[in-house]
Amino acid sequence: MSLDLARWQFAFTSINHFLFIPITIGLAFLTALLQTAWHRNGRGEYLRLTRFFGTLLVINIAIGVVTGIVQEFEFGMNWGAYSRLVGNIFGAPLAMEGLAAFFLESTFLGLWLFGWDKLSRRVHLLTIWAVAFGSALSAAFIMAANSWMQHPVGFVMVHGKPVLNDIWAVFTNPVFVWGYSKVLLVSLVTGASVMLAVSAWQLRHGADRAVFTKSARLGLIVLVPAILFTMLVGDELGVIEGQYQPMKIAAAEAQWSTCQPCSFSLFQIGGGNNDQTPTQIIEIPHLLSLLATNHWNGKVVGMNPLQAQYSKQFGAGYYVPDVFIQYWGMRTMAYLGVVVLGIAVWGLWLIRRKKLATSRAFLLVAIWGVVLPFLMNTAGWLLTESGRQPWIVQGIMLTKNGISPTVSTTWLWISVVCFVALYGVLGTVDLLLMLKYARKELPPPPTETDADLEAPVPAVQY
Amino acid sequence: MSALIPFWFIVIAILWTGFFILEGFDFGVGMLHNFVGRDEPGRRAAINTIGPLWDGNEVWLIVAGASMFAAFPGWYATMFSGLYLAMVLLLMSLIIRGVAFEYRGKRDAAEWRRTWDVSLTTGSLLAPLLIGIALGDLLHGLPINSAQNYTGTFWDLFQPYAVLTGVTLVLICLLHGATFLSLKTTGDMLERSRQLARRVAPFTAAAVTAFVIWTHVSSTSTFFLRPLELLAILAVLAAVWLVYANRDGFAFAATTVTIASCIISIFVGLYPHVMVSSTNPAYSLTVDNTASAPYSLKAMTVVVVIFLPLVLAYQIWTYYVFRRRVSREEFMPAQRPTVPAQSIPAQEVPLRAAPGTPSSALARLRGALHGRKL
Repeated sequence: MSLDLARWQFAFTSINHFLFIPITIGLAFLTALLQTAWHRNGRGEYLRLTRFFGTLLVINIAIGVVTGIVQEFEFGMNWGAYSRLVGNIFGAPLAMEGLAAFFLESTFLGLWLFGWDKLSRRVHLLTIWAVAFGSALSAAFIMAANSWMQHPVGFVMVHGKPVLNDIWAVFTNPVFVWGYSKVLLVSLVTGASVMLAVSAWQLRHGADRAVFTKSARLGLIVLVPAILFTMLVGDELGVIEGQYQPMKIAAAEAQWSTCQPCSFSLFQIGGGNNDQTPTQIIEIPHLLSLLATNHWNGKVVGMNPLQAQYSKQFGAGYYVPDVFIQYWGMRTMAYLGVVVLGIAVWGLWLIRRKKLATSRAFLLVAIWGVVLPFLMNTAGWLLTESGRQPWIVQGIMLTKNGISPTVSTTWLWISVVCFVALYGVLGTVDLLLMLKYARKELPPPPTETDADLEAPVPAVQY
Repeated sequence: MSALIPFWFIVIAILWTGFFILEGFDFGVGMLHNFVGRDEPGRRAAINTIGPLWDGNEVWLIVAGASMFAAFPGWYATMFSGLYLAMVLLLMSLIIRGVAFEYRGKRDAAEWRRTWDVSLTTGSLLAPLLIGIALGDLLHGLPINSAQNYTGTFWDLFQPYAVLTGVTLVLICLLHGATFLSLKTTGDMLERSRQLARRVAPFTAAAVTAFVIWTHVSSTSTFFLRPLELLAILAVLAAVWLVYANRDGFAFAATTVTIASCIISIFVGLYPHVMVSSTNPAYSLTVDNTASAPYSLKAMTVVVVIFLPLVLAYQIWTYYVFRRRVSREEFMPAQRPTVPAQSIPAQEVPLRAAPGTPSSALARLRGALHGRKL
């Protein structure tokens, strides 16, 4: 029970945390681009857009920051045995994150928000880039830590305990390099989708067409390459994970026995850990081989042989993750990715036809399309984290051995209830505020005196 | 023993000290903003004295926690799992307080702002109280078994010494916040800040003195106070005198020294322990039996030596940029005859004002006063 509660709590808080993180990283970058455009051409609409999307960014950063503190504390609170065992490796990137990235992001966010009329325009522009850079760098350290759990590197075992002996290896871990690239790309996808959706809503509701067409275009221009590269990088990440965590990939295809070449099923009926013969619908030959190995005739080892191999290697136990989550997590992520790509390409085509601002059908799809990246991200994290089970650190420590031994079930229940209630309230408030500010009118065009480069722009205040 | 182990103990002590010096006045302002600002413009002015600063200040806590995780995993694991429910409460306080800053001004409704005012005040009160209790527990001892695991209940955390530490920290933060507000506000807000400082100061002095003596008695058997402990008492007495003499700058310096010497004296009292076991002294956690491997410490040392000075540099610069006092008048509702006042969120007032209205004129005047290169 304690194990389930601790896992459930961590999943709940991290999934929530990662709703806000990609908006922050993506939107910080896009806001920095808008402000740069204003800085270079001095045109008032870019300043208005910067302020408009900057407000949305800040609403999100607030909750992203506070949910991040929970993440940091949870390792010690719920996963004491884990922290004790691997803190000397896993803790290092977290400490570095704070020192090198989070300080930068938070301090410069204050400077950006309140510094409009106190800093020179050039320096003020640098502060938003520092926020964007800091938030992206933050994710790098967190992903280095997470990747170590998926594929531990750079350590030696001393008396049954992993001890770091090569920090460089932790930051060149292939799972990290590809996983982090993917996080950056999906952050751009998420941020760009938000920008596109908000602009689309504004265009549909008669807002200043000249202004919001610009932000819709910026969103699309970032979205198309970002989603394309997300797919390519995601494919490569799958191959790498297949190499180090074959069980994860086998479970994602519900592949119980070894196959070569392997086909990919679009859907299945039944399945799960107790049903080894689901009805698979529309099988595409060779596709799984390609996805999992990059080879036309690649071999994918099934879960049954892997289970036998792990039982021999690590002792008796059940080493198969939740097959249902794996199978559908993989498909939700991939299929939604295709839908996002479709929307993006449609938008690009409309830009070419100069109809972006007037195609009401596209604008409606673009508005509702904003939920897709969030579902996609969540499915992706379920796939990668649940797919590591039963390990907390692949091959080194089982999740059930990682919990805090003296934290009682009662304490866990209290904390779960508290976090669910608080996150529920704050998530709702955040959503309502986002909707409210996304539907607001733009700040008015700068007046003649404001438009010349000499007048100060008022600062944001609480 | 690697020399890096005591070095990292010092780094962690520095991070906690830095956190309390900086976030200390944020907590104080959070607790006092309702008393210093009697109306909406006043409250907003009070909050905006720390508006650009609090987020960067809070990172000190996050880095302190992460550094404990990385440098002393055993300490981090025992402390965070042992103080479980206190940590849940602390997290909730930090959360409601953090979002209060951002969300408070995002809707123009009295009840909405009232809610976030209460969150800000409660969070700012509970956070230093809980952290103080936690630090007091480290030094005074908790039931910890031979496997370095906490075996007590939630209520075991509230032993008298720990509660005193928590209350002392709250009182120091109050005084520190009041002296900070005296430096950052104008007019009647300045007067009220000074008045609050004068009211709080004697209580802070009494608490600090009691805390220092109890800390001394529980961590050493010598009669005379150590220099650091003496410094804490002298600093807090100086602070009392300075707030009564209206010497705001020196008073703030004195409260800063008080905080620093109190926090450091806890860590000095601890060393070489990091958590004392009241079950059996032999089970106590020490820097040695909780530290990371030398290689990890070395890698992190490189990072901390490069980045901590850099962080200090840009944070000092931030304080320089936002050195001006914040006045209530900046937040007075502008006269806008054409637009109904209610539909306009307070935050966007300056931006929305038409040219020639008082607020935009004021914004421009402020810009000029702040010495922007025109």
